[in-house]
Amino acid sequence: MKILVCITNVPDTTAKISFTDSDTKFNKAGVTYICGPYDDYALSRAVELKEQSGGTVTVLNVGEADSEQVIRKCLAIGADDAIRVNCEPTDSYFVAQQIAAIASQENYDLILMGRESIDFNGGVVHGLVGEMLGIPSLSPVMKLDIDGKTARITREIEGGKEDIEATLPLVLGCQEPIAEWKIPNMRGIMTARTKPLKVVEPTGDDLTVTRKFELPAPKGAVKMIAADEVEKLVDLLKNEAKVL
Amino acid sequence: MSVLIFVELDNGAIKKSSLEAVFYGSEVAKAQGTSATVLAIGASSDSELSKAGNFGAKKVLHANDSKLDQANIQAYASVLSAAVEKESASVIVLAKSSLGDAVAARVAGKLKASIVSNITELPDLSSGFKVKRSIYTGKAFAVVEMLSDKKILAIKKNAVSPVETADSAQIEVFTPEVSEADFTVKITGTHKASGTVSLPEADIVVSAGRGLKGPENWGIVEDLAKALGAATACSKPVSDLDWRPHHEHVGQTGIKVSPNLYIACGISGAIQHLAGVNSSKVIVVINKDPEAPFFKAADYGIVGDVFDVLPKLTKAIEASK
Ligand SMILES: Cc1cc2nc3c(=O)[nH]c(=O)nc-3n(C[C@H](O)[C@H](O)[C@H](O)COP(=O)(O)OP(=O)(O)OC[C@H]3O[C@@H](n4cnc5c(N)ncnc54)[C@H](O)[C@@H]3O)c2cc1C
Repeated sequence: MKILVCITNVPDTTAKISFTDSDTKFNKAGVTYICGPYDDYALSRAVELKEQSGGTVTVLNVGEADSEQVIRKCLAIGADDAIRVNCEPTDSYFVAQQIAAIASQENYDLILMGRESIDFNGGVVHGLVGEMLGIPSLSPVMKLDIDGKTARITREIEGGKEDIEATLPLVLGCQEPIAEWKIPNMRGIMTARTKPLKVVEPTGDDLTVTRKFELPAPKGAVKMIAADEVEKLVDLLKNEAKVL
Repeated sequence: MSVLIFVELDNGAIKKSSLEAVFYGSEVAKAQGTSATVLAIGASSDSELSKAGNFGAKKVLHANDSKLDQANIQAYASVLSAAVEKESASVIVLAKSSLGDAVAARVAGKLKASIVSNITELPDLSSGFKVKRSIYTGKAFAVVEMLSDKKILAIKKNAVSPVETADSAQIEVFTPEVSEADFTVKITGTHKASGTVSLPEADIVVSAGRGLKGPENWGIVEDLAKALGAATACSKPVSDLDWRPHHEHVGQTGIKVSPNLYIACGISGAIQHLAGVNSSKVIVVINKDPEAPFFKAADYGIVGDVFDVLPKLTKAIEASK
């Protein structure tokens, strides 16, 4: 089985978000970058499937050169090779176009990615890629088993989940508990250094442009209420906050 | 040129978040000097669908083929694309949800439309077409210009406060061709909690963390939620430990909610938890540790034991009704 895993290079979940250049650029100073947590689930499941039944796992990142540290980590976790499309990923349609262009050159059985990136939280790239390739797309996927050409999938829906049967090839947006996050071991880290990482140039245009960033208004001070005065809280929620 | 709004049905009724989308789309139509049309897919009634008129839509297209009763992403995307073509729509609006996102993404692929998700307010049409979206899981916003002719906007809960009118919408049966090729994905089973309030749709959310000590103690959380007509939610470790189902997990790696009121009980307020709840209008935190980081993100706080405070709070709410 040939699996393509698309990953994002994103600020870690505890990163302090700020902007420079009159709020037009993300401030990378002091920020640690990670592989998106949802993408990490996708990669972990891909590596498990390879361990079970053979095949290859290729990692694809649409991103700039500073993504390479995160790409190497994915190779250390068990991917065989990697491709980076050299550009700044800001527009969902554009990113999907890059992925579809790569995917259409090879016959991948599965294209896995996270349900959404944790920087722009779009959650639409898997659907776009599926449509561009003319194959089904499903998200968020919390369980995935493969039996020959058949995929058995559990997808989260509002207030529950549904069981799905579909035929490969498929594009899937993943989330927990599809697999346990994997940590690279020493041998993985050593071999990752020499695994192939191909860089290609992008095609097509952005359909959206980010003009400006903003931070939310700072939160006012918290109003504390004594534990034996819950009636006061009810009164405040009713008459001050007006949410009851 | 017109605005088309895709609404989701829940047992035939238009979802509340979708009615917000109808209002949003109608406001955009007004600003552009055009009209708003709604597309509803699946079984419903004319009296239910005409509600879209109260929120500003002039017309409702109703695609009611029984093949479409089960939400099928590809088939729904084909129907929505056909409606876009029929109405020569240039702006497509829908409420952000797991179905909405999936359908919208495929439609964007079909139409080469720009797509922006998590939109938090009406667009700025003063020069170009600019929308504001929530990014970094609620930690910032981006103002994005949409450049293509066709634009798809997925809006976040509470992006607008709808004003209802007595206007009605004209309902038209819509029967686009649906191809068998759209039905290769088979849904073989659905497991859905019944009788509970939907978490992404809820105006009030009562959420609990590891401070509850074990699944057997959730009665006090459910009682409070019931008194408030609220949905229940939980922190990640609680769903990891299987104390609660996964679809209740909120935060960075779970559901993102933006209710009017979020009540956090026995949750420490880790940054990854806050990421999923920080766009709630009002946050109440109940925690026995006065140093719990959640208090810094709260509007109201009680330092106390959940086992003592929650039953008292439930009683006080019942008494105030
Ligand atoms: C990449 C990544 C993603 C993550 N994503 C998420 C996510 O999406 N959502 C999420 O929630 N977490 C997420 N986490 C985990 C997060 O960091 C925290 O570990 C988690 O939120 C803590 O859950 P908790 O507050 O329930 O438990 P704890 O941190 O153990 O806190 C329990 C709290 O209960 C209080 N308490 C105990 N007993 C009582 C009592 N009797 N009465 C009142 N209060 C009491 C304690 O004072 C404490 O503050 C993520 C972590 C990582 C690394």
